[in-house]
Amino acid sequence: MSALNHLDRLESEAIHIMREVAAQSKNPALLFSGGKDSIVLLRLAEKAFRPLAFPFPLVHIDTGHNFAEVIAFRDRRVSELKEKLIVRRVEDTIKQGRARVKSENDSRNALQAITLVDTINEFQFDACIGGARRDEEKARAKERIFSFRDEFGAWDPKNQRPEIWSLYNARVHPGENMRVFPISNWTELDVWSYIARERLAVPEIYYAHKRPVVRRGIQLVPVTELTPPRPEEVVEELWVRFRTVGDITCTCPVASEAKDVEAIIAETAVTSVTERGATRMDDQTSEASMELRKKQGYF
Amino acid sequence: MDQHLPTQQHTELLRFITCGSVDDGKSTLIGRLLFDSKAIFEDQLAAISATSQRRGMSETDLALLTDGLQAEREQGITIDVAYRYFSTPKRRFIIADTPGHEQYTRNMVTGASTADVAIILMDVRKGVLTQTRRHTHIVRLLGIRQIILAINKMDLVDFDEQTFNQVHQEFLTFANALGFDDIIAVPMSALQGDMVVDRGTSMPWYQGHTLIDVLESVKVDENIQHAPFRFPVQLVHRVRNSGELNERRLYLGRVESGHVSVGDEVVVLPAGVNTTVASIDTYDGALKSATAGQSVTITLSEQVDISRGDMIAQKSHPPRTEKSFSALICWLSNAELDVSKRLLLRHGTQTVAAKIAALEYKLDINHSIHVPTEKMAMNDIVKVLVRVQQPINIDNYESNRPNGSFIIIDELTNDTVAAGMVVEN
Ligand SMILES: Nc1nc2c(ncn2[C@@H]2O[C@H](COP(=O)(O)OP(=O)(O)O)[C@@H](O)[C@H]2O)c(=O)[nH]1
Repeated sequence: MSALNHLDRLESEAIHIMREVAAQSKNPALLFSGGKDSIVLLRLAEKAFRPLAFPFPLVHIDTGHNFAEVIAFRDRRVSELKEKLIVRRVEDTIKQGRARVKSENDSRNALQAITLVDTINEFQFDACIGGARRDEEKARAKERIFSFRDEFGAWDPKNQRPEIWSLYNARVHPGENMRVFPISNWTELDVWSYIARERLAVPEIYYAHKRPVVRRGIQLVPVTELTPPRPEEVVEELWVRFRTVGDITCTCPVASEAKDVEAIIAETAVTSVTERGATRMDDQTSEASMELRKKQGYF
Repeated sequence: MDQHLPTQQHTELLRFITCGSVDDGKSTLIGRLLFDSKAIFEDQLAAISATSQRRGMSETDLALLTDGLQAEREQGITIDVAYRYFSTPKRRFIIADTPGHEQYTRNMVTGASTADVAIILMDVRKGVLTQTRRHTHIVRLLGIRQIILAINKMDLVDFDEQTFNQVHQEFLTFANALGFDDIIAVPMSALQGDMVVDRGTSMPWYQGHTLIDVLESVKVDENIQHAPFRFPVQLVHRVRNSGELNERRLYLGRVESGHVSVGDEVVVLPAGVNTTVASIDTYDGALKSATAGQSVTITLSEQVDISRGDMIAQKSHPPRTEKSFSALICWLSNAELDVSKRLLLRHGTQTVAAKIAALEYKLDINHSIHVPTEKMAMNDIVKVLVRVQQPINIDNYESNRPNGSFIIIDELTNDTVAAGMVVEN
């Protein structure tokens, strides 16, 4: 009998975590954006619960700043799985005056937190499963797999519940909730290796395609209606792919010719820039920006 | 070193914890491991170079890579366990990076609870410190059987073989009594990189492995594969296929220890009913057998009334079913144990009301002695007698980590207040 290989171990751990959520939480939800990490979560949920339906609805907090392909993908995947999807829009939060934007084209990543906390309150979710990974960012490196949020949705990094062995404590009082990260221990490379192994479909924009972009610092910024070029900038048509597919106004592609998952794995294995560094403008602002947003209720 | 292999499907996973006293060079060592194994990205490097310059340092301080939270950066200390990831062509690694201060025993317990191996870091000039003893003792207590002794800052003693041997001997003198399977000592300079990933040229007298070679070759702890079969039931699903008369009951869970095959004789606890395994299923199809660490679905040949918290176990080697047992408890909460509070004990998938019935002694881990105690405060490790409202199915922690461990939850606040390990009565 040989020990499990590392992807099997990570998968088994994630299934165990999802089943703990189903057993311990009264009213959980799974956050599904159509991005690669949440696509992996859906496969893990199938592995944890089929032949039965998922014991939770899928929830998408829609920034309104989407890549059309990703939304189409999201809807297709949900109907294939025959699961329930709840969509709540940042747009509506803004209309209700519960969030303010300086301009239409500003990133809505931070505002997402408000809509998320509103949605949690609306449905009284006591646990939300998300696809965050500890290798993404340094504030995440210290986050628990079962991460406690108080009634304001806030994360207190100095006062986290100890998490020992794999004995998870998901108990909360009414109004409080858990954020649960079954793929905490996965890296970007693990995610792509798993997508390859499981032959999972992902939105086309993860693969190399030609797209008009401008160069800004170390980043390539896609030219879209929401992100027009600045006057001095030169628009180029380059082969690129996206490593994350968040808010269109702050998600950048990387130069790449990787047209299939094997090619992406080869690139990821030798890449020299972090996933967030290359692709997220909002994390570049300060060393503590992710930590700050999480304290305010962000994922 | 080679780049990572493009497909890493066949690599093993090794989890290790790093322990050292403040200033022994733990952050530098981890930064060096990540940097030399190319797990560091340009943008991270750019960020820490900028910070190093701002702080007036001439070289990029690799220790900054492991800086975490804002409060930690402000105070220049680490306050919590951080997990870090890197891989080589042979293995995928998860580091539990735990701060070394006295008050953080709880973090070490957390980090050690899931580790296969521990790196004990020492400053060669200082030799064995009280902290070194404490760290070594805790990792052994938490069931880690292999340690790597990283004797650091060799550059400050002119890479002298004699000094290394002395410190190594001094360590063995006290650690041999703790019963580790393996203690491997590596001399190194985390700052300059010698013997971490690259051998360097300064210690030709050292013929052993570099740190990364050791990490790539130490055995992943497989004791748990050879322990008796334990399967705490997480969830029970009832399904009825069209045309089937009876509903089938599916028991979902993870094999926590040992292995199980279709046809094996098992006992369902606490009911004590004997039956056999009818099938082992996964989303990817039926299996003939499953081993520790695998999440599967089991069905049994008889209809047994089973719910979450029950255990399916090897019939010939069942666990102890007890309402009262001895344990070592590490108290994790700021508030001391208050016996008037209602406590819950979670063991596997079972949650029961519990009482700490007696405090036997406190472990003074700095000196490896037992001292009498009347209270249990944060970071204390105390031998106690636990009583639970309903029987639980336990093994001794020393022979079965997953089935010998539990946590204690304060029912009122929902906080996890203690970690416990079952010991011989
Ligand atoms: N000379 C020398 N200095 C080292 C070595 N490793 C770490 N240091 C220095 O020791 C100090 C403490 O190191 P750091 O990694 O922050 O220690 P930590 O508190 O254990 O994380 C820093 O000034 C490091 O540059 C080494 O191998 N040789």
